[in-house]
Amino acid sequence: MRAIGIVLAGGNSKRMRELSNKRAIAAMPIAGNYRSIDFALSNMTNSHIQNVAVLTQYNSRSLHLHLSSSKWWDFGRKQGGLYVFTPTITAESSDWYRGTADALYQNLIFLKNSHEPYVVIAAGDGIYKLDYGKVLEYHIEKKADITVVCTELPAGEDTTRFGIVKTNDDGRITDFEEKPMVASSNTVSCGIYVIRRRQLIELIERCAMEDRYDFVSDILVRYRNLKRIYAYRMNTYWRNIASVESYYKTNMDFLKPEVRDYFFRQYPDVYSKIDDLPPAKYNPGASVKNSLISSGSIVNGVVENSVLFKKAYIGNNCVIRNSIILNDVYVGDNTVIENCIVESRDTIRANTTYIGTPDNVKIVIEKNERYTL
Amino acid sequence: MIKKEMIAMLLAGGQGSRLGVLTQKVAKPAVSFGGKYRIIDFPLSNCINSGVDTVGVLTQYQPLRLNTHIGIGIPWDLDRNVGGVTILPPYERSKGSDWYTGTANAIYQNLEYMETYNPDYVLILSGDHIYKMDYEVMLEYHKANNADITIAAMPVPIEEASRFGILITDENNRITEFEEKPANPRSNLASMGIYIFSWKVLKEALIKMSDVPGCDFGKHIIPDCFESGNRVFAYEYNGYWKDVGTLSSYWEANMELIDIIPEFNLYEEYWKIYTKSDIIPPQYVSEEAVIDRSIIGEGTEICGEVHNSVIGAGVVIKSGAVVKDSIIMRECVIGENTTISKAIIAENVIVGADCELGAGDFAPSKYDPKVYQFDLVTIGENSVIPDKVKVGKNTAIVGETRLEDYPDGQLAGGDYIIKAGGMK
Repeated sequence: MRAIGIVLAGGNSKRMRELSNKRAIAAMPIAGNYRSIDFALSNMTNSHIQNVAVLTQYNSRSLHLHLSSSKWWDFGRKQGGLYVFTPTITAESSDWYRGTADALYQNLIFLKNSHEPYVVIAAGDGIYKLDYGKVLEYHIEKKADITVVCTELPAGEDTTRFGIVKTNDDGRITDFEEKPMVASSNTVSCGIYVIRRRQLIELIERCAMEDRYDFVSDILVRYRNLKRIYAYRMNTYWRNIASVESYYKTNMDFLKPEVRDYFFRQYPDVYSKIDDLPPAKYNPGASVKNSLISSGSIVNGVVENSVLFKKAYIGNNCVIRNSIILNDVYVGDNTVIENCIVESRDTIRANTTYIGTPDNVKIVIEKNERYTL
Repeated sequence: MIKKEMIAMLLAGGQGSRLGVLTQKVAKPAVSFGGKYRIIDFPLSNCINSGVDTVGVLTQYQPLRLNTHIGIGIPWDLDRNVGGVTILPPYERSKGSDWYTGTANAIYQNLEYMETYNPDYVLILSGDHIYKMDYEVMLEYHKANNADITIAAMPVPIEEASRFGILITDENNRITEFEEKPANPRSNLASMGIYIFSWKVLKEALIKMSDVPGCDFGKHIIPDCFESGNRVFAYEYNGYWKDVGTLSSYWEANMELIDIIPEFNLYEEYWKIYTKSDIIPPQYVSEEAVIDRSIIGEGTEICGEVHNSVIGAGVVIKSGAVVKDSIIMRECVIGENTTISKAIIAENVIVGADCELGAGDFAPSKYDPKVYQFDLVTIGENSVIPDKVKVGKNTAIVGETRLEDYPDGQLAGGDYIIKAGGMK
């Protein structure tokens, strides 16, 4: 592959509420056994990109733990590798990453020292499968300066947290509005870009000189009439998980057979760190309907329309409905949980009740002492 | 300079013929176990958990599955710069070539491998037991006794002792006598086939006995070492240990995992069992599914009923199907409205719709009554069972079977169908 990869995984969003208190958005657990960043990283490796940098800042510890070894995505290579770059204090600067463009600028040396002619930039909070090679082909065919991967949001979706794109018949972007209050189209940017490496270095250096820090508003929006910026339209499944509502919905999407089939059974696979947990166990009293259950879980109660992440323990007579139980949660006996997201490593006492509503999912964070055998 | 205090040699070349059609295409250590593991994962995980990071795996019978499973040892952290896991198949020499003719002969043929690591001790393991053991503790014991050979042994009920190699020891656990399957056992300490040898003793014995045909540890090396006055000790082990050498013991050991608090606990954080996991997604349990007392591997889709069963990774159980008291290995598909009771179904088997497996009464096997003497329906890997057939108890099926292979759409109890390349 003639490209290096960069995954932007440094940001936080207020829309994640308490869920991002202890982790980066790119480290959010997804679909039982994955983390959000697994999708971008698997796409990179499946597109034969061998040299990948992950730029992290906010709550980066969670990502460092997940990326502690690069072998799960097959990046443990002599030629290439997986690098995690956090802001550092240098002789010239002691700044945090002040924006996406600044994050790239502070790691310009990575771009300069590579030899691949192109760069694929992806966000760490997208859930999708995409062959970046196809985007690169399109980029070359259109003689584009920058190619932005775009998708059509279904009518009625909240578009206010996306970049809204308008194109001409050729696919060239004629208008790019960042997070407008009223969107003029349903075509949104997926935060995935292909650009020639030298072009990127030039743009980023220029930005830095002018004290501009944001890739979208300071490069895409500003240069849209000067540079040939093209939209590559993706028609397959794509979701951004950077709000509680979309995070909840995206996980629940995996209860649909077509979504599971697309991600779990069709080529190529999505990879993740292996945890070596035993198979899930169903004891007498377990009644599970329309749910995803991950390895290491033990179920003694009722679970319906829910996603159980790894190592969940559901006690006797519990009822879990329409909920997401994150990793290593212990739920005591006789507890009822409906329309909730239960934070990882929580210990939920016996005989308690947590009820959210479908429109306002409750986030449950309980730090009780855990006594287990 | 390369130096490893103790290296392990893991014997994984045997067929395990008493597992019948399960080991037709794979060596016994590569047979699936407990929903996501293979039998060899247990000794390999014990090795790395005990700090033994150099393991030679001796393969011979049908090694393909073992080779691909072990690879360079990544799942067990046995991908090392020095040491790690090495697969040791029989090889050709300038003066002829030999298969491995016995357990000790196999180790003898790999003297050079062991020599490379300059070990003080060599741990001999077999790849077909389910247990957790800290070999480091056993090594401490070996050193404390200033032993030449230490044999792991476990107490068995005295009435069963005549099925085992029995060790008779003095008050210091030094072995004073061996009895191989004695009619009237004088002790109930059974050898588990796990040995620590001091390197010099092992090397000398292997060279000395190299001409013995079918040279075996239990029959030749250990008795000889014992008679020449070496210090041979028994290391008593009291945890869970299971030889899964027969269809019934294999079935039982799997079923023990679904007890509410299983004796053999896979959930212990400090002694994980590692395996190659190439199926990552969670399992999906549908609206119609009913599951109880079962363990189920990753990536399965359950739409039918599952009771008292062990289901491997990537299995699909379609709606209306009922699976009871059975072991279904990875990536099988069970068709709609099919009923399965007391079956062992190997990997990648497709069972059609509206079938009944495990029906009727027990009948003695017409195929191999020594191997098949239980109620179990046993189906070999990559087999296909057509729609709407009835299969009786104590049966064996291998290959892509079609409706015409089943007279009146039935396979009677004790009967068998072995197709295309099938062999005993």
